[in-house]
Amino acid sequence: MKKLNINTSRAGLFLILFIVILMIGSSAFTQNRFPKPEFESDYQQSQTTTPDPQAQIYEVMDLFVLFLMLVLATYFAHRKRSRHALFILAIVSVIYFGFWRKGCVCSVGSLQNITLALFDKSFMIPVVVVLFFALPLIFTLFFGRTFCASVCPLGTVQELVLIRPMTLPKWLSRILGLFPYLYLGLTLLFAATGAAFLICRFDPFVAFFRMNGSLDMLILGAFFLVTSTVIGRPYCRFVCPYGVLLGWMSSLSRTHVTITPDECIKCRLCENACPYDAIQKPVPEQNPENRKTGLRRLKMLLLIAPLVILTLGWTFSRLHPLLSRVHYTVRLADQIQREDSGQTDLTTLESQGFRSSGTPTKVLYDEALRIQKQFNIGGWILGGFMGLVIIWQLVGVSIIRHRKDYEIDRFSCVSCARCFNYCPREKNKKKTKVNE
Amino acid sequence: MENPSNNSKVTRRRFMRDSVRSVLALGIGAVSGLLIGRSTKQNIVWQLDPEKCVQCGRCATDCVLDESAVKCVHAYDVCGYCELCGGYSKPDAHELDTAAENQLCPTGAIQRSFIEDPYFEYTINEKLCIGCAKCVKGCGSFGNGSLYLQVRHDRCVNCNDCAIARNCPGEAFSRMPSDRPYLLKGEQGLT
Repeated sequence: MKKLNINTSRAGLFLILFIVILMIGSSAFTQNRFPKPEFESDYQQSQTTTPDPQAQIYEVMDLFVLFLMLVLATYFAHRKRSRHALFILAIVSVIYFGFWRKGCVCSVGSLQNITLALFDKSFMIPVVVVLFFALPLIFTLFFGRTFCASVCPLGTVQELVLIRPMTLPKWLSRILGLFPYLYLGLTLLFAATGAAFLICRFDPFVAFFRMNGSLDMLILGAFFLVTSTVIGRPYCRFVCPYGVLLGWMSSLSRTHVTITPDECIKCRLCENACPYDAIQKPVPEQNPENRKTGLRRLKMLLLIAPLVILTLGWTFSRLHPLLSRVHYTVRLADQIQREDSGQTDLTTLESQGFRSSGTPTKVLYDEALRIQKQFNIGGWILGGFMGLVIIWQLVGVSIIRHRKDYEIDRFSCVSCARCFNYCPREKNKKKTKVNE
Repeated sequence: MENPSNNSKVTRRRFMRDSVRSVLALGIGAVSGLLIGRSTKQNIVWQLDPEKCVQCGRCATDCVLDESAVKCVHAYDVCGYCELCGGYSKPDAHELDTAAENQLCPTGAIQRSFIEDPYFEYTINEKLCIGCAKCVKGCGSFGNGSLYLQVRHDRCVNCNDCAIARNCPGEAFSRMPSDRPYLLKGEQGLT
């Protein structure tokens, strides 16, 4: 029996409450109202069956396949320079990681497990998940985003259905391209506070892989699938938070695929080959900007940078009451408070469940306050990060760098190898090879 | 004039890139190392704590699978083997027989077989069970609480973010290492 601290004036109320709790939550305790009989017949008691969870070997195999496919994708992109081989590997990825292994756990989602494990020491994280997170990043740091090209099942699905690519206006893709940073920030914030796994909640293709799922997930999946027939990889470019990390790694990568095998003859044939806006045109030097003007603009940007960062930080930290409502405990505390203060007569399943658990409301309120405080700090960091990103993008736009050839934008290139086939130098090289 | 300055710029940039890359590689290595140090070798699987379950019925509806991975299971050694079973018969049942209109289970998944007077054995037909927790509520309110819900590992696809756990009003779901994959009631739960 639970002991209740009864205030005498409210004893009656509590008694009623206690009975209600007993009725709602009586089964919370296994009770022996009717002891097990001693049978006279030779009755054999059955056992509760306990089917085993999926064998460990599958997870190890996933890891092995991931590594093998990373090696293959890198080899196909860098050495073979073969779009054909990468495409076949992409199909394998969709079949294996998608339809067969049902898409969990993926490298994109593992980001959340890693974050939560870093902030909450009691959160169990399997070795496999850590490696699923780290391996693609390491590979990208050395060879560019070959993981995206044909290993990630979310990316390859979009790659396979891209029928008629359409180029978005530059300004639009730039603005949409800011969303992954925000999504990354929110994902980290929600994962670190244990509020939600945002990436999994809004995973576009897991419902498609399972041919099953809630209505909103199915609609989201259909939307992304249809969109990716005309717009190249909308999820990767405008949503994927792991893609931001991969982009950073790729920008600094040791080697990266190049459009031409040797030298660029500026024939402009590759210009339209890329559906992902990852080819940068040459920037002529004919009209060099006055160095002073450029420097002044840069100075201005750096001057307003702290202002932008602080403003956004403040704005996001002000949003903490709203953001923290994603956390179960905060929502529950709010509901309990509104019930207790008479603001609402309607109880929810959550509040009933909480009351039947017998936890004092003070514990709940304290916990909710602690979480809200975390969201306040997290809001500052998230806003500051967004400010930094925006300033960084503006700096990138305002510094006009002289570029001789058609070059790959390492941040957004997913090494899909489409542009290779358009390059006459590539064809030339292949021809000479055949002739030899 | 232009060439040397250009050259030094390239090398400086390359040097910067190389150093940042090494720092990043070290960072990824350090984070992974730290986490691998305290990681488990087992898989992680979902279970629900029967003591925390509030029988809300969401297990039946919120699972990503059409047919939920959560089913009712029976702790035989906790059961009282009563003829009047709060989990089997409707509270307002006219007769305590096996007639469909008297059964609490909406799919007739609980099967009752006679053992000896006055005892009956109750078994769950998992193919029919939808995990609605009606029987769990009945058994807990009037009986020993031997019927309870549990995640069945032959069905669960182990979503990274369990859709039922997200909406569980009792916060009953937790991640378990796969060498202890079940939270069971009764004697089986003690081992």
